[in-house]
Amino acid sequence: MTRHHLVLRVNGEERETVVESRRSLADCLREDLELTGTHVGCEHGVCGACTVLVEGRPIRSCLMLAVQAQGAAVITVEGLAQGERLSSLQEAFHDCFALQCGFCTPGFLILATAFLRDHPAASREEVRGALSSNLCRCTGYQNIVDAVVRAGGK
Amino acid sequence: MIGERSPRTEDGRLLRGAGRFVDDLKPRRLLHLALLRSPFAAARVGAVDVTSAAALPGVAAVLTGAEAAAMAEPWRGVLGHYRGMKTGSQLPLAREAVHFVGEPVVAIAATSRAVAEDACDLVRVEWEPLPAVTDWERALEPRTPLVHEEMEDNVIYRATHGDELAAAAVAGSDHVVAATFHFGRVTGVPIEPRTILAEFDPGDARLEVHCSTQVPHMMQAVLAHILRLPEHRVRVIAEDVGGSFGIKIHVYQDEVCACLMAMRLGRPVRFTADRRESMLTDIQAREEVIEARLGVSAEGVFTGLTARVVAPVGAVSMYPRSSVVESSQVARMLPGQYRIPAYQCEQLVVAQNKTPTSQYRAVGHPLATAVIEQLVERAARRLQVDPAELRFRNLIRPEEMPYTSAAGPVYDPANYPALLHRLLELTGYERLREEQREAVAEGRLRGIGIACFLELTGPGASFYGVGGAPISAKDGATLRLDPDGGVVALIGITDQGQGTHTTTAQLVAGTFGVALEQVRVISGDTLGVPYGGGTWASRGAVVGGTAVIRAARELRRKVLVIAGDLLEAAPDDLELTDGVVTVKGTDRVLPLRELAQVVHYNTGRLAPETEPSLEATSYFVSPGAGTFASGAHLALVEVDPRTWRVSLLRYVAVDDCGRVINPAIVEGQVRGGVAQGVGQALFEQLNYDRDGQLQNASLMEYLLPTAGDLCDIEVHHLDTPSLVGEGFRGVGESGACAAPAAIANAVADALAPLGLEPDSMPLSPGYLFELSRGRGKGEAPA
Repeated sequence: MTRHHLVLRVNGEERETVVESRRSLADCLREDLELTGTHVGCEHGVCGACTVLVEGRPIRSCLMLAVQAQGAAVITVEGLAQGERLSSLQEAFHDCFALQCGFCTPGFLILATAFLRDHPAASREEVRGALSSNLCRCTGYQNIVDAVVRAGGK
Repeated sequence: MIGERSPRTEDGRLLRGAGRFVDDLKPRRLLHLALLRSPFAAARVGAVDVTSAAALPGVAAVLTGAEAAAMAEPWRGVLGHYRGMKTGSQLPLAREAVHFVGEPVVAIAATSRAVAEDACDLVRVEWEPLPAVTDWERALEPRTPLVHEEMEDNVIYRATHGDELAAAAVAGSDHVVAATFHFGRVTGVPIEPRTILAEFDPGDARLEVHCSTQVPHMMQAVLAHILRLPEHRVRVIAEDVGGSFGIKIHVYQDEVCACLMAMRLGRPVRFTADRRESMLTDIQAREEVIEARLGVSAEGVFTGLTARVVAPVGAVSMYPRSSVVESSQVARMLPGQYRIPAYQCEQLVVAQNKTPTSQYRAVGHPLATAVIEQLVERAARRLQVDPAELRFRNLIRPEEMPYTSAAGPVYDPANYPALLHRLLELTGYERLREEQREAVAEGRLRGIGIACFLELTGPGASFYGVGGAPISAKDGATLRLDPDGGVVALIGITDQGQGTHTTTAQLVAGTFGVALEQVRVISGDTLGVPYGGGTWASRGAVVGGTAVIRAARELRRKVLVIAGDLLEAAPDDLELTDGVVTVKGTDRVLPLRELAQVVHYNTGRLAPETEPSLEATSYFVSPGAGTFASGAHLALVEVDPRTWRVSLLRYVAVDDCGRVINPAIVEGQVRGGVAQGVGQALFEQLNYDRDGQLQNASLMEYLLPTAGDLCDIEVHHLDTPSLVGEGFRGVGESGACAAPAAIANAVADALAPLGLEPDSMPLSPGYLFELSRGRGKGEAPA
């Protein structure tokens, strides 16, 4: 199996590793770079738990090969807080009880971070529509919608 | 504190991506497990050649069925109190025969999951495929092959419950409402797949298992038994668990294999299911065919109910909870909130070459509720009375409580009519009906569905322990005061997202008398927490919460005795609030920290007879069957007659979960449960073909509700304290109990102008289309 020297800029920090061609970006982040906040729920691009930002765009890291991200800037859930301070979206999740088991939460946080950046004036229905791309099995989504709407209003 | 919307204490790490889920752990020399699984629903397993697999670089060991059988005790999912129950046994790996697609045959540990999967591809198995038995009616025919070679026929369990006079009571009624309802097979789909990490210390013969589970002590007991280890040498740890819903509460072959491999190699071994494995091997649920007949007098009074429940449960009954409980719960709870004087139910549990079914959130109650509530609405249409009005005529009234159901259970005092009244009031029911008439006049298919549910929660030992299963009905809590005045609470119940640590901290803080931040909760470690059953059957608050409150009271009592010594006051004259003991009506105070410093470090200041203990433990078990949660839900839907898509417009829940610890957490439980119920009602179905192949083993094809499929779910409460324990009734499953019935009734109401009466779930566009064409009994075509 061919191995590749990989350089990524993850959460603002340059990281290097060596991966097999078949390594997904999700596995690379979790296992090679030890950033286990990115979760793997289905490995076929449906649940969205593995969503990370690559060059600012939310992508399913289970469907992207690590080598495809060569040289890219990647933001994972670990990169959302500023030190001790949670992002306003993370705060809103906490205030709105928008998580239960927390397994899907990193994917929703990343997805909504990008969505709010691109649609700062989104309506509640637009938020609901955007969040339809990820799955949560605990909350029934309502509190996640509330949290994203609240963070958008700030 | 108790009763407040306290923010969740679990969120800090989860929001930062710093949770500790089993797949996040990375011990040194970790190996990854992959399994070769049967591609056939039924086959004999001939020669298994693992030579090339074992030779692949990176492979540490290959385990075959014969080797695994020599290392482990087989297990059989039979509960002793179900008389005559039988099932085939399971081993860690199938040896001579496989019984469902996905059953593991060979296990391989390697330096990465990818290498382990590569090695699985190199295993050669001589399969001899056999005809699969997938249809339950055929399974009962005498010449049909056996699903499992150890059975003499394909019947796992058969029983008749209730009163044989019920049939006559129904037959002699002015009206008989009869229907046969078909429920599709579903599965729980926690977003975190099943995962286990086993480490074995050969020097000390200790097995340490990190497991995504609801039941650490049960896992300790069954792993010790299967792996032939003393229980005290097995430690089970469940830190963060990414959802479970009843899926992670059973013994799975692959998880046992991970332990065997760790024991053989003396290295840590992890198995994490991928989604396809989850769809193929996680327990499935709900598939039943229920024929029911409700007798109704001309005045709209229920006279009797008879039913036949057939449960095709898959290849074997799961261990140790069995696969008969879902249909047993249907048989036990079918009369629901209604006064039904005569009742009889036949129960038939049948094997087939499919993945085993077992306990999934609200076990049986969603089916019982869907059947009785659909019958009630059909009766209302027949009698041309409003369905809410017909319910009021038949709901058990508070003055009749405690009420002994004709099905057996004794319902504890609650107010069912008040729930429905509140629901009608909150929804503006009359106006909803007017708006519906206007919509129908415009040619729209709009429906209103009500569902009144009743759920047996926080069960006592009569469910499992009495049948010989190592499943504790009790739960415990140990509280201890640290030298700095903080409290550590060790609890037997677990958390899979319910916010157990938050609510436990609220109970401790509120009962003992400290700030919430002064409480640290520890759960999910058999080495440290009091023995208990874990979290299932909405028992966390009912059983575990009661133990926590009582331990907190006992610790308070102990502290006040010691404080009395130190303050030279009678304990009765003391109060403890916000971490400070005060002599009532004075300014004499003793902060807990000071008291704790004395007890831990300066015991000379204590009276000689005082035990230097700042620790209290309490256990609780529900007396009798348990308690009951109830509620009334309403769904408003519209059906598009071109696409047959069902749109959910409004959903309102009024629940009685007894005492409420944290309203925000209760609302979250109800909403999540409703979402799962909506999934069961509208989208979810595992489609098996005639050969027993699962046709939709991915989340592309097995549809879960998304944010866009749901509307906001309005949640309201009555809170009638239960007489059991400290007054909790449980809330983890209520939404899942009621939603399928409410949705089914709303869809039936919407379709009534077309003369269509659906009787199957899920109410998918495909099924409704077939129904509109005069077809559609049973499964919709895939």
